[in-house]
Amino acid sequence: MYWGAGCGGCDVSLLGVHEDIIDLLKEVEIVFWPCAMDFLHEDLQKMEDGSIDIVFYNGAVRTQENEEMLRILRRKAKILVAYGSCAIEGCVIGLANLSKREEIFESVYLNSETTKNAQRVVPGTGKLELTPVLPYLKTLDQVVEVDAKIPGCPPPTPVLKEALSALLEGRTEFGKDTALCDECPRKDSKPEKIEVERFYRWHEKEDDGSCFIARGIICIGPSTRAGCAGECVSAGIPCTGCMGPVPKVENQGAAILSAIASILNEKLDEKKESEIIASINDAVGTFYKYSAAKLLPEGRWKDERA
Amino acid sequence: MKEPKVDLKVSIDPMTRLEGHGKIEIFLDEKGNVKEAYMQTPELRGFEVFCRGRRAEDMPIITSRICGVCPEAHLTASAKALDMAFGAEPPQTARMIRELLYNAYIFYDHCLNLYYLGGIDLLLGDVERKERNIIGLINKFGIEIGKEIIKHRRYAMEIVKTIGGREIHPVSVVPGGVSKRIQEEERKEIEKKAESCITFARRSLEIFKKLFSTEEWNQRLGLDSMNTYYMGMVDSANHVNFYDGDVRIVSPSGDEFARIKPEKILDHIEEHVEGWSYVKFPYLKGVGWRGLVDGENSGIYRVGSLARLNSADGMNTSLAMKEFQEFKKKGLVNQTFGYYHARLIEMLNAAERVHERARDDQLTGKDIRSMPSKPGEGVGVVEAARGTLIHHYKLNSEGLVKDANLIVATTNNNAAMNISVANAARRVIENGTVNDAILNRIESAVRCYDPCLACASHSLGSMPMVVNVYWKGRLHKRLQRNA
Repeated sequence: MYWGAGCGGCDVSLLGVHEDIIDLLKEVEIVFWPCAMDFLHEDLQKMEDGSIDIVFYNGAVRTQENEEMLRILRRKAKILVAYGSCAIEGCVIGLANLSKREEIFESVYLNSETTKNAQRVVPGTGKLELTPVLPYLKTLDQVVEVDAKIPGCPPPTPVLKEALSALLEGRTEFGKDTALCDECPRKDSKPEKIEVERFYRWHEKEDDGSCFIARGIICIGPSTRAGCAGECVSAGIPCTGCMGPVPKVENQGAAILSAIASILNEKLDEKKESEIIASINDAVGTFYKYSAAKLLPEGRWKDERA
Repeated sequence: MKEPKVDLKVSIDPMTRLEGHGKIEIFLDEKGNVKEAYMQTPELRGFEVFCRGRRAEDMPIITSRICGVCPEAHLTASAKALDMAFGAEPPQTARMIRELLYNAYIFYDHCLNLYYLGGIDLLLGDVERKERNIIGLINKFGIEIGKEIIKHRRYAMEIVKTIGGREIHPVSVVPGGVSKRIQEEERKEIEKKAESCITFARRSLEIFKKLFSTEEWNQRLGLDSMNTYYMGMVDSANHVNFYDGDVRIVSPSGDEFARIKPEKILDHIEEHVEGWSYVKFPYLKGVGWRGLVDGENSGIYRVGSLARLNSADGMNTSLAMKEFQEFKKKGLVNQTFGYYHARLIEMLNAAERVHERARDDQLTGKDIRSMPSKPGEGVGVVEAARGTLIHHYKLNSEGLVKDANLIVATTNNNAAMNISVANAARRVIENGTVNDAILNRIESAVRCYDPCLACASHSLGSMPMVVNVYWKGRLHKRLQRNA
């Protein structure tokens, strides 16, 4: 298990099996988990190519080091698993691709209200080496070939357990192929036919415990892969899509957008319809919260072509 | 790029550097004594920038992804900033639910530090590298104790899940309150688990206190001591409060330097930038930046368990209060190793507080959310396990984020950790002789702070390190711990 640019939640999620970790360790030999066990870079270099059965890489590729380590681990691994949302599609930190690296440096080190920096010093210019931050964040499959994916932010324990047993049997396909709505705790309150005339922000409306979409509140459940049993919905918050798209759907954001357009009242004319869709503010952050780095053509692509 | 005018360079290169999370470099003067020491965090994700333009109500969910080890801290600081920005004061029941969740988080996070991270060094002493982890702990103390540790961390995480919907990245803390009520059966379950957690915390204190009374511990205490300002949140009685209150700062002599309303905190802090670090260096504006030095005239302050106990006059629960009085019987504790003892007292306090809240009738109330009014500006401050955490947002009229500034707990300690690294290095490097103990010394010094460098790295095991000693520009000696 290795981590790139991430939050540590994926590493903690492995401990989410709690007492079962003791049994798990009887079945597998952990050869490399810098987060939980000591290990040196050299020891890894010495291993033969293809000598590690399974490598989990969590976190995205944001620095040159993240990328170098990913290439090394790809060589050492029989099966390379993208673990969690950052590795698979960039997660929320992929939203940083809407800005250039230079803009990030400027606002963090030069323009933030509490920063006092008269000499306009920015990192990477000091007396010590600092691994460069890449111009844009990349998902693993934008750098190397990936053999399997364990979705979620972080992967929920049941999803992880199923994935572990599949991988130990040598299978790289696992998980549910349905949408979250299928296992949603509010499923029974979802009407056959949904019709809305406007959309609300969830914090503006009292929660009555029924299907969010039926009440005009955007929920990414219909285009999101099942597996978490709707944990957020159980806690009163609509799905934000961290499990990624339903298999076979490439573009989670486009899928939910078309689902949303289809529930608008049929009597509305086209003009009115597009007005309502356009009134949804921060469409990128709402529909591509976890997949901006993977799916959005603007940002890094535009720049690299130029 | 500036070249240092020295022949000697010692580079301590932990595995974590390769993760892109932490790296230590030491420069020696002509005589071969430590001139400067630096701890770098080569990582930047840019939350402040991509939070702009987001829907305000998404901020707790987005910013909790800053750290998967302490998501509750960001979740709660974010929701509190939005309470203020939307003028939506949470109802009493919501405050209680939030505080219960928050204390359960403090408990499991401190448990993680004491038994899975830094505390391992103390409990296991010098053992082989492959043994320095929770499994090594189980091998030494027995499977039963190991199971107790795992169980109580699980209990606290299950409480988080009951309230927040998920164990990692919970979601139910929202602007104006919480999004999920607590049912009576859930309350009973929480009360039972909290009782068990109190017993566990008391036993932990006993185990560690035995250790603290040893000769070795006395030596450790003397290793790194510094006179800095301390910052922590307190209630009206000046007792430690993780969830809410005023921010109190005490001077290196122990006097109250300032007591600040959370919304005014940013008037008192400035951040210094160094070209060699992606993490900034906050300091007290009223005192000023004097470089990486301690003392009354340097604006460097510390946060986290030790700092909280130093800046408070007591704890808000009875068992923890007794421990506090014993801990501070001689006044301010300036030894960096005091962080561990303070953490144990806080773990007990958190368990007691969860228990107290779980027994309150109001906890299962129905009134859990105030509706938002017009969006504006808001500041949210909480005490994360590692110290004071500040979220500051400005919203536009549509309720989208115009500006976000985040000062995270570990960042507040950035300057102090660098001083601790230098202090540790000075004790083991003399006239160009680099003692092998440097690896452990530096590692222990940094670990006291329980740094979370995803929140500014995260390392659950001990940090493996390589030391390269350069003499006249060439590699002279290479040290590798437990190699």
